[in-house]
Amino acid sequence: MTISESTLPRVAAPPRPIRTRLAITLAAYGGLAAVTCLLAPLVGSTQISLARVFDRSIPFADNVDAQIFFVARMPRVLSGAVVGAALAAAGVVLQALLRNPLASPFTLGVSAGSALGAILAISFAADAAFGPFSPVPLASLVGAFLAATVVYAMATRPGRAMSTSILLLAGVTLNSFFSALILFVQYMSDFTEAYRTLRWMMGDLDLGSFAPILGVMPLIGGAFVIFAMLPSSLNLLSVGSDIAATRGVDVARTQRLAFISSALATAAAVALAGPIGFVGIVVPHLVRLMTGVDHRIVLPASALFGASFLVGCDLVARTVLAPVEVPVGIVTAMLGGPFFLWLLLRRG
Amino acid sequence: MVVVKKRLIVLAALLAMAAGGLKASGYPPPDDGPVSGNLQVSGPRRIVSAVPSLTEMLYAIGAGPQVVGVSSYDEFPSEATKLPRVGGLLDPDVERILSLRPDLVLTYGSQTTLEAQMARAGIKVFSYRHGGIEGILQGLRDLGVATGHAAEGEKTARDLRQKLDAIRTRVRTYARPRVLLVFGRQPQSLQQMYVSGGTGFLNDLLDIAGATNVFADVRRESVQPSQETVLTRAPQVIVEVRANNPPTAAQIAAERRAWAPLASVPAVRSNNIHILTADYYFVPGPRVAMAAEGLARTLHPEAFR
Repeated sequence: MTISESTLPRVAAPPRPIRTRLAITLAAYGGLAAVTCLLAPLVGSTQISLARVFDRSIPFADNVDAQIFFVARMPRVLSGAVVGAALAAAGVVLQALLRNPLASPFTLGVSAGSALGAILAISFAADAAFGPFSPVPLASLVGAFLAATVVYAMATRPGRAMSTSILLLAGVTLNSFFSALILFVQYMSDFTEAYRTLRWMMGDLDLGSFAPILGVMPLIGGAFVIFAMLPSSLNLLSVGSDIAATRGVDVARTQRLAFISSALATAAAVALAGPIGFVGIVVPHLVRLMTGVDHRIVLPASALFGASFLVGCDLVARTVLAPVEVPVGIVTAMLGGPFFLWLLLRRG
Repeated sequence: MVVVKKRLIVLAALLAMAAGGLKASGYPPPDDGPVSGNLQVSGPRRIVSAVPSLTEMLYAIGAGPQVVGVSSYDEFPSEATKLPRVGGLLDPDVERILSLRPDLVLTYGSQTTLEAQMARAGIKVFSYRHGGIEGILQGLRDLGVATGHAAEGEKTARDLRQKLDAIRTRVRTYARPRVLLVFGRQPQSLQQMYVSGGTGFLNDLLDIAGATNVFADVRRESVQPSQETVLTRAPQVIVEVRANNPPTAAQIAAERRAWAPLASVPAVRSNNIHILTADYYFVPGPRVAMAAEGLARTLHPEAFR
């Protein structure tokens, strides 16, 4: 489906063909993400020698440099990229779906459900074993899907468009409700567990292996396949569902796909790294300030910029106070907040 | 929240005034129960402890019979667990404390609101902050003076120091391994580790038990290291302490497997990973001698044969 540029509320760049603009954007943001992801594993709290990292003559178990590179740094960078891309893209989709600039991946209650699951696992099922899976991410996924199901069931009526206001209100209410349950569990649990749950809430990318990333890749992959189908419909949907319907958008189907894909991406990201705030709300706005509002550009650019942003923040988190680690969720907010305000001021 | 808190403070103040008024108006003196002959009349008769380590100290110096209330987290000694609970570090129940009509309340140094409320109610406060093993010894002596058990406080502190010195002497001749002491992490993963830094009683205990803390140079009680830092610090032994729920053999195996990715760490390669379960690893009180011995036996089993 093609749409004319004039239907869009505001387009920053001069009306070049979309293919050219997409290519330029992808090259710029893709380049930034590639450079970030290539440079980030080279820097850390310890000085390592790349020659030694790739020296096959030293057995891996004896090669500290290789272990630091492949066990400590690569999984962090990769999970940072995956989680950053997932949260930022989900943020774009939800802001369009709910037509609300304050929407974020955490608006729908999915992340709070996920957090409740994780915290129950930390407090009550720390020693439970489920084959190769550790209990915390599993419980977090279960919580996310329960929450998403509740919100989805409330907002959909068969054959009709979703009620975005119910979606928003149910999500916000569920968030508060789950947060209360989380506080209650924390309050009742003993001191060391309460501390651990608090730490989990601040986000953490120090996975130590690729297995957890591979574990959530099917969910994130599925979400991105759906994301790829959405941008043109989201452009119309963000103007209004009536306008979108008159332009031939299957509004109910688009809304459903948008909800399901962003819930999938959020659930996977939170199960992997905890509820890392700020990426999902600020990265889409940052990218819109730089590229305009066309979702065909904003969605891929946000995913790429989200990846660079989170990898960069994690680099700060693991080096700035080394050997003490700063929770990455604190860094995203402390770096992202002032930067966003500065950009708003400049634009204003 | 703030409004509620303010209201609570006002309420507490009113209650405190009421309590003071009652006392002034000739309210019958508190029932002390069976008073033993040698109990000093000058010391406080009704003590409330809001800090588990101080509760343990009270019982260690013979002030146990004077205790009428303890914190919600007290688990030792068993006599203490039968007493009324008055909340924890962050949520002391002022109403409950006042209703116990204490004449001495033991608080942690950060409980400034509680201390102010007690002051307004005219109740004496003994404020304390943890400060390594020396802090515990000084705490025993100070608490002895404050509760009318000065001599027992001195003696308990002296005995505790002797016990710790005996352990130190026993392992002195052995090589000191470089140890990572973990007191919290996400189960079955190495994420969100909390380990002992270079200050605090756990670091002191490692020193007594004949080991060098790999994070001794970080002047903090707790450090949250990344896995990269653990690889760099390369501990020879990893000791994990847990407060409760001793793990089964299968769980121990699962937790050891969690360390496997860090294969270049000497402790991981030699499978020198120990999980110790006891609440005294988390209470900087008179039972640190047991904690020191537990660590020493783990790190230097040959010294205890």
